[in-house]
Amino acid sequence: MMERPVAEITIREAVARGLREALDRDDRVFLMGEDIGRYEGSYAVTRGFLADYGPDRVRDTPIAESVIVGSAIGAAMGGLRPVVEVMTINFMLLAMDQVVNHAAKLRYMSNGQFSIPLTIRTVTGGGGQLGATHSQSLEGWFASVPGLKVVAPSTPYDALGLLRSAVADDNPVIYAEHALLYGVRGEVPDDWYDVPIGSAAVRRAGKDVTIVASSRMARFAEEAAAALMEKSGHEAEVIDLRTLRPLDTGTIVESARKTGRVVVVDEAWRTGGFAGEIVSTVQEEAFDDLDGPVVRVSGANLPAPYSRKLEAAVYPSPERILQAIERNFGL
Amino acid sequence: MNLQRPQAIEFYRQMLLIRRFEEASSRLYMQGKIRGFLHLYIGQEAVAVGAIPALNADDYVVSHYRDHGHALARGMDPKVIMAELCGKVTGSSGGKGGSMHLFDSSRNFMGGYGIVGGQLPIAVGLALAVKYLEQGRVVMCFFGDGAVNQGEFHESLNLASLWKLPVLFFLENNLYGMGTHVDRTHAGGRDIYLTAESYKVPAAQIDGMDVVGVREATTEALARVRDGGGPVFLEAMTYRFRGHSLADPEEYRDESEVTAWRGRDPIEWFGELAVEGGLLSDADVEEIAEEVAASVRESIQFAENSAEPRLDTVYENLYG
Repeated sequence: MMERPVAEITIREAVARGLREALDRDDRVFLMGEDIGRYEGSYAVTRGFLADYGPDRVRDTPIAESVIVGSAIGAAMGGLRPVVEVMTINFMLLAMDQVVNHAAKLRYMSNGQFSIPLTIRTVTGGGGQLGATHSQSLEGWFASVPGLKVVAPSTPYDALGLLRSAVADDNPVIYAEHALLYGVRGEVPDDWYDVPIGSAAVRRAGKDVTIVASSRMARFAEEAAAALMEKSGHEAEVIDLRTLRPLDTGTIVESARKTGRVVVVDEAWRTGGFAGEIVSTVQEEAFDDLDGPVVRVSGANLPAPYSRKLEAAVYPSPERILQAIERNFGL
Repeated sequence: MNLQRPQAIEFYRQMLLIRRFEEASSRLYMQGKIRGFLHLYIGQEAVAVGAIPALNADDYVVSHYRDHGHALARGMDPKVIMAELCGKVTGSSGGKGGSMHLFDSSRNFMGGYGIVGGQLPIAVGLALAVKYLEQGRVVMCFFGDGAVNQGEFHESLNLASLWKLPVLFFLENNLYGMGTHVDRTHAGGRDIYLTAESYKVPAAQIDGMDVVGVREATTEALARVRDGGGPVFLEAMTYRFRGHSLADPEEYRDESEVTAWRGRDPIEWFGELAVEGGLLSDADVEEIAEEVAASVRESIQFAENSAEPRLDTVYENLYG
């Protein structure tokens, strides 16, 4: 049989393709955000969009995150399906009232009279020497809020598939793109597919240890797994969460029961971080199958420093993941 | 405004319904049948009744946490509101919303909002949808003097004006953000409407105790918004006769100030005006009072006789 056509594209291109499809398929979809139109996106995702779709559907906004998100909520209540870009997840803090108090609760508080079909694209992650206010990974915060869905793709395939699901969803979805993954290349079929929200991916099968991660940390986890194999011949199973809320606990727990050893990698701060949620889930659901404590490799409890040397010290790395496996499990 | 008898009856009936409904909910609160926070609209009735019925059925209303009066003026059934206040399954949100979060999608009543200022961006977005879909509707957005110092107020005025969106920003200036007088919170003092002009939004200050004047100003403002020129801003000067909520010890207002405003009771004032002008008879007033009392009684009975929500529904309608 002939192979289906498959193109290799970047995550940036996958997101752009998903946005164009959404605009092409449904007139109720429009984009709104800071510098997405004439400037063509601070991460160049919406290049050419203004020319192709016009200013009603590709709307440049003032720098005013609360009204960007809030007006998107209102537009969603009024029958549209907005896709908003909040330039970075750090700026989401200016829109917390709208995201947490309103987007997440309006459906529940109105007992289903209103739904909020809203996608908020935002850029997460550190490691680019942008300093403390521009280097946070806050998607885990949002994942603690009932009423929101949170996804964080790490491959072009997932970026497109999850964006399709997010735009089709009748609930507010926070779609976190990692700032340092835009150039990552991968295969994306021409045929239609989607990636359901709430399903993790097993990136690499293994029997000795499970590494759970998302976004850029999932890629680090794969590097660590390869290094482990090369160094000691042990097999690490890598789970890329893809969605933080609703969490695919089944996939995590199944793997934990199989390997008995679990490392959770999280770019965010260790204290109160989302990794802790996964650790709790694993010990509650798979305690009897564990050979030892579930281990976290998290970001340091610090504002991100600017200096290259100092910054490198605060984030997880493939080396640190490998060290954690060796130190804790003697693999 | 050349006021006719049917209109006078409606003004009086709707204002009195709000007043009696709120008095009843206050009693139920004291009896422990309504819990949480309860913010009464008593004193401000002329604003809701002057403004909201001037809208078309497909226009949108966005309210704040003092939302019972707005909901009633929009035609929501007192029974489902009272049931919601009592946390019953027959309430407007099946007991999941509560006093500050009334919704009625069938009337485009888009919600009471519990966070001061949080409703303004949402109203702007509804107006954006109206314009995008070329629906010709208007969004009437209420907020208080407490909201105007929030960033969301300024972001919303700016964007609505910049994009010429069909919003009627309706400020109910009752002089107090909870317990703090507007003179101590707003650099512009009481004339908040002047702030709107800095965003190139046409604005006026009106007497919020005069239902006829509110209706006239609203009608004119709505026509202007429907013309497509962008938002309009009205500041209605009003006063709540009761505390911020029923948890309010009310120790921050001078008795003389409260008394002076009570002397301008919008319902008494209009009732006397209408009777003197021959629009309403004493018999009309009596009949309306009985009708309203019956409606409120019915709402209480309905709420009290309704079941509490079933526990197994607690996760329903979180996601769609």
